[in-house]
Amino acid sequence: MSTVAQKKGFLSVLWDYLTTVDHKKIAILYLISGGFFFLVGGIEAMIIRVQLAVPDNSFVSAGLYNELLTMHGTTMIFLAAMPLLFGFMNAVVPLQIGARDVAFPFLNSLGFWLFFFGGIFLNLSWFLGGAPDAGWTSYASLSLASEGHGIDFYVLGLQISGAGTLIAGINFLVTIINMRAPGMTYMRMPLFTWSSFVASALILFAFPPLTVGLFLMLFDRMFGAGFFDVSMGGNTIIWEHLFWIFGHPEVYILILPAFGIFSEIFATFSRKRLFGYAAMVFATVLIGFLGFMVWAHHMFTVGLGPTANAIFAVATMAIAVPTGVKIFNWMLTMWGGSIKFTTPMLYAVAFIPSFVAGGVTGVMLAAAAADYQYHDTYFVVAHFHYVIIGGVVLGLLAGTHFYWPKMFGTMLNETLGKITFWLFLIGFHGTFFIQHFLGLMGMPRRIWKFLPGQGLELPNLISTIGAFFMAVAVIVLLINIVITSVKNERVGNDPWGDGRTLEWAISSPPPFYNFKQLPLVRGLDPYWIEKMEGNTKMTPAEPIGDIHMPNNSFIPFVMSLGLFIAAFGAMYQVDWRASDGESFVWALPVLVIGMLITLGSMAVRSLKDDHGYHIHKEDLMEDEEGGRD
Amino acid sequence: MKNGLKKWRLLPLFTALAFILSGCGEPFLSTLQPAGEVAQKQYNLMILSTIIMVVVIIVVAIVYFIAITKYRRSKVGEDVIPKQVEGSHTLEILWTVIPIILVLVLAVPTVALTFELGDQAELEKTDEEGNRTALVVDVRANLYWWEFSYPDQGIVTGQELVVPTDQNVYFNVIASDVKHSFWIPAVGGKIDTNVDNMNTFYLNFDSEKSAEAGDLFYGKCAELCGPSHALMDFKVQTLSSDDFDSWVASMQEAAEAEQQEPDSDLAARGAEVFEEQSCIQCHAVSPGQGAGTSVGPNLATFGERTYVAGILDNRDSEDSQEENIKHWIRDADELKPGNKMGGYNEDDLSDEDLDALTEYLMGLKVYTE
Repeated sequence: MSTVAQKKGFLSVLWDYLTTVDHKKIAILYLISGGFFFLVGGIEAMIIRVQLAVPDNSFVSAGLYNELLTMHGTTMIFLAAMPLLFGFMNAVVPLQIGARDVAFPFLNSLGFWLFFFGGIFLNLSWFLGGAPDAGWTSYASLSLASEGHGIDFYVLGLQISGAGTLIAGINFLVTIINMRAPGMTYMRMPLFTWSSFVASALILFAFPPLTVGLFLMLFDRMFGAGFFDVSMGGNTIIWEHLFWIFGHPEVYILILPAFGIFSEIFATFSRKRLFGYAAMVFATVLIGFLGFMVWAHHMFTVGLGPTANAIFAVATMAIAVPTGVKIFNWMLTMWGGSIKFTTPMLYAVAFIPSFVAGGVTGVMLAAAAADYQYHDTYFVVAHFHYVIIGGVVLGLLAGTHFYWPKMFGTMLNETLGKITFWLFLIGFHGTFFIQHFLGLMGMPRRIWKFLPGQGLELPNLISTIGAFFMAVAVIVLLINIVITSVKNERVGNDPWGDGRTLEWAISSPPPFYNFKQLPLVRGLDPYWIEKMEGNTKMTPAEPIGDIHMPNNSFIPFVMSLGLFIAAFGAMYQVDWRASDGESFVWALPVLVIGMLITLGSMAVRSLKDDHGYHIHKEDLMEDEEGGRD
Repeated sequence: MKNGLKKWRLLPLFTALAFILSGCGEPFLSTLQPAGEVAQKQYNLMILSTIIMVVVIIVVAIVYFIAITKYRRSKVGEDVIPKQVEGSHTLEILWTVIPIILVLVLAVPTVALTFELGDQAELEKTDEEGNRTALVVDVRANLYWWEFSYPDQGIVTGQELVVPTDQNVYFNVIASDVKHSFWIPAVGGKIDTNVDNMNTFYLNFDSEKSAEAGDLFYGKCAELCGPSHALMDFKVQTLSSDDFDSWVASMQEAAEAEQQEPDSDLAARGAEVFEEQSCIQCHAVSPGQGAGTSVGPNLATFGERTYVAGILDNRDSEDSQEENIKHWIRDADELKPGNKMGGYNEDDLSDEDLDALTEYLMGLKVYTE
């Protein structure tokens, strides 16, 4: 294992990435595949907006429209936002806590490949008879009535990628608990690490209900089990509860890491320590906790009765308090600082008003009696796009610019970055602000077309125009990425100049073993502390010694591939829904082969000892001059 | 907002907001032009929450703009290292306590209104003869059409709900296939029509506001239910109490009568076509039949409806009703994809038969002549 940079062939690079267990490379895999699905979801969104640009439009058919809206939501949440956040968590969290990798590098790779194959499986539905069409919430009565295999793709695809997410979440919990560098106490952890920690805990508790729900639906769809079939004594409301017990924490799983990214950016570009650090940590934990207590606010109109509605209304409003604490602490971080408006900082600064707008409509929606009017209208569409785009996507874009040099060793172009920022911001508000009013004016959500003469024409047209601004912004970002990669101007440890946390103390990108010597952490913002004392490097906490590293492995890829293959067999082997009763003879063997591949690779992993290898002290000493990997 | 003083203080803001918002949307559809007690109370709660939120936004905006203008690096100086402030307990307490108070100000009326709108005690009230005093409508949502039956009156109609103004109307809602949601935006919030259980709520239609909306409100399905979810509209016709009573009387009379006599030969032929084509298997033509079980909407009042299938406006011109009916029968698949009836092309139904059928359907009237 040479640490000297050298030109490698395409195939060897590909093989390297297919087998890697290095958190930095897995981060890049998450970034690329999450970015790809983000583009897919974006194209779906653009088709939706084109269809709704004018009344009574027939750009797409009714059935296709429902598939588009379902896949837009599902893709953006499960296959774009979450993987992209995992990308940053992988890239940054081990560095921020001064670790050489995550706790379970093999599992890290497995988590990625499960997500990847689940996402590919779900999207193959487009080419294999039609995508799911019951909304990302897939409410049971509609999804059981849905013809074809769309919903089966949804159930199996999310089951596989959900397993990957759960694995990744557990991995980060263990990593953050166990792998912190000497001196890195909990209350010295950077906010991004804290929010990743809380989000991982939410994943641990939120994904099992989804898994259960998906299994019940799988049995209903494939074996006629009847959990949600009223005529057989089932109950569809149970699905709604299971889905939202997962679904509400899910939005905090998305937003908390974004909060973390912004916290780092505010502190960095204000050259000031995060204001009210302890309060921020407490607010993060409290949001995560309350996130589990409010799921029924998605179900105010289901008929749960005034008592349940009132309780969930008040619980939901309570979340506004810790969120407000965070907003004020961010503003006070800037207050008295020295603010530099780099591209990441622009996103962070724009995030505050955007997210406040989304937050206040959240409180309005929490008022149950008024929600009877808002529910399932474009007001809700506007609200969750304000929190998810205004919070999560701005956070992802900010993180992309902020951490790009740390991940790739080169800076994204600032001018193009600012062009993207302005186009995106204008487009975002143009698209979604007016949708609040569309909802109040009586436009339900998830509608394929609206008829003329209802006063909905102009706002819809404005909204569509806004969407095109966002599309152009994303194209500019892609151009920026290409130009930056071609130029490939290398940067040093701390390219922004104001880095505060451990990741900025090592080279960009870091060597594959991260820290030659584990750093000694002497307080919050450890690198800043060293810089203020005139040091250019962290004080080491240990002498140079051999470093134990894990071996690359192809097994996670094969294990996930097996489930991917098995899913096809499972889906086609019971085809009682097909009108002619046709069943596919190949399906059962495929299911068996797929499961054998997965179980076989699990057996290989269990039975074959893989002790990893050591980087020897002498090689590390040599690397001193060699520079980065 | 029972506190008079608080109301008075907020009055200017309230008026300004109400003024801005009332410009939004059409009176027959917009939640911002409430046309009944329920919608009005919900609207007031919306305005209260909006005011509180505007206050929050103003405070945030002030701090925000000072922070991002005053502390730019270009103003502060390139090499200045700001003081590394840890935080402030006073401020933390301040911005924890004030939001809690604001949330409480909103929570109290929210809880009160939620219970008020959930109150169904009036349903239990009876007069001396033991009859229920409140008007009850059973709403059944089906893939892309609505059935409204009046159990105490023994009558049923489809697609167009007829209600009296200025009294509470109770709705028992349920779905017969997949989940839908029953919503008349201008008159009040929605309630889901579950497949599992019946939900009950009430609305109140204000006579003056109804007049402003032309005595016709738009109703919507608010829960994704399949390809034609967007087109699952219904209409609500409001009548004064007296007119409503006479409407009920005519409906009951028609329900008891044997069959409506076609006006002309063409219509008589249309009645035959209606039987030949088995339309009658799904569509009852008597206002007393099919409640809770029929596969298609009851057509007893079809000739009186303002819309065909809830989406084709009959009021555009004199001929539009005839055109709409023919358009619907021929192209139902295209107009409402996935509907259970489907279109009838020339092979299924000749042009002559279509003319006759249309004439017959246009003559299906109960209340008007």
